[in-house]
Amino acid sequence: MNKNIAKIEDPILSVRDLTVAYDKNEAVKQVSVDFKKNSVTAIMGPSGCGKSTLLRAFNRMHELYENIHITGQIILNEEDIMKMPPIKVRRNLGMVFQRPNPFPTMSIYDNVIAGYKLNGIRLKKSEKDEIVERSLKDVALWDEVKDTLFKKGTFLSGGQQQRLCIARALAFSPEVILLDEPTSALDPIATSKIEEMLINLKKNYTIIMVTHNMSQAARISDYSLFMYLGELVEYDKTKTMFTNPKEKRTEEYLTGKFS
Amino acid sequence: MERVNPISYPDHSKRRILKEKIFLGLVIALSAITVSPIILIISKLVIKGVKQFSFDFIFKTTPNTYEAMTAVASGENIPGGVLNGISGTLLMVAAAALIAIPLGITSGVFLYENQGKRLANLVRNVSDILQGVPSIVLGLISYMWIVKHITHGFSALAGSVSLSIMMVPMIVRSTEETLKMIPNSIKEAALALGVPYYKVIIKVLIPTGFSGMLTGILLAISRVIGETAPLMLTALGSTMVNWDITQPTSALPLLVWEFYNDPNMVDLIWSTSLLLMVIVLIFNLVSKKIAKSRQ
Repeated sequence: MNKNIAKIEDPILSVRDLTVAYDKNEAVKQVSVDFKKNSVTAIMGPSGCGKSTLLRAFNRMHELYENIHITGQIILNEEDIMKMPPIKVRRNLGMVFQRPNPFPTMSIYDNVIAGYKLNGIRLKKSEKDEIVERSLKDVALWDEVKDTLFKKGTFLSGGQQQRLCIARALAFSPEVILLDEPTSALDPIATSKIEEMLINLKKNYTIIMVTHNMSQAARISDYSLFMYLGELVEYDKTKTMFTNPKEKRTEEYLTGKFS
Repeated sequence: MERVNPISYPDHSKRRILKEKIFLGLVIALSAITVSPIILIISKLVIKGVKQFSFDFIFKTTPNTYEAMTAVASGENIPGGVLNGISGTLLMVAAAALIAIPLGITSGVFLYENQGKRLANLVRNVSDILQGVPSIVLGLISYMWIVKHITHGFSALAGSVSLSIMMVPMIVRSTEETLKMIPNSIKEAALALGVPYYKVIIKVLIPTGFSGMLTGILLAISRVIGETAPLMLTALGSTMVNWDITQPTSALPLLVWEFYNDPNMVDLIWSTSLLLMVIVLIFNLVSKKIAKSRQ
């Protein structure tokens, strides 16, 4: 294994030789990496380096598109994700997207339990109430919306909508939460609320986040992963990487030589 | 630094202002000509038709020629009304919508899901061609299929089938266009929750695009409400209120045609047309309102 890749004992998620190709263009090349449980890991890199592609492979979002080919292994708790039924994969790995995307026809309440509702899983009223309250409290949205739970989710502000989307992912109690640049469409105040919330969430969840924003990675992540042109360049504790990068490309990126 | 004099040029401002005024006048005049037919039509219908409008006109069936003749001779309003037409239109349009909506929406979803594929392109082209088929031809087809082989006689069902063939392409198009406007992120959000693809379509995409599809459906209905030609070959007409889909049935546009052919009942043309016009206008306005209210 590459000397720049940190060894993680007892990982929750392991990736082995993962290659993702759009037709014949390889966007992610032979990536092998382990993720530590109950930590925040930031995936960094310049645009087009394959960081979102890597993240989306974890919950098999690429299957929607015929021209994408994946090889390699992704192992969650010693089980190969590629061989699990998609619904199980996606219940264990929640995903939050770049732009807030609450379901426009649903109320705040229904948005939170959308995963159950759309999959036809029946719950008692008390169970639903409990899930909604727990999930919204986890994302620190409960106090702001508890009186308007049955209003449409699209009436909320952008930052609130994004927290609602995170709550929707949390409702399934996934083991891992995947976030694809969750704050890039938000203002600084909404961003800092979400960052604060993510730090709190790592007690119960493992968080893997793609970010464009180096200072964000420095603020909230425990581990950082640097990608360049589809390759995994360096992976280490965030503190180590930001103070003492081993690779020249990492150093150049962190000091703003390219972006 | 020395200031450079601006180049002097002749002052045509008066001429330009005049030109602008002429152009504005022209635009207003042409717009007025464009909208004048609808105003003339409605005013004519109201002036000539409103005197026949009464409680009876909506709640009684058509009079026979003799009743109408005596009424006209003694200078009274023609007795009776167009209830058979109203009920027939309701029955046939409802049945046509029942046939066309599921077909149109499923084909629209199919086209949306298979953008750029060969079969989808073929279906889209065929549907466009279908939209251009003259309505009387659709009436003929329905006559061949339904009147001759299924109901063995003129029937509301045959009328509905011909109307539904007219509605399908409109619903297909509006469904496809509406679904295309839904952001991909909504679809991905549902899939990321582990929802199977068919459920994403039924429970997320269709509800999200519902108002757009509804607009298309209402416009299609308002198009076929006024159709006369295909009904002449299929539903034929009736002087009674009929709710049996296998029997000949009247409709408002059919009544207009019948009144036109009966010299004693010519006066009823205006009020019947007015009623038809009002119904179509309501459908149009409602669909516009729905289209506006969605973001």
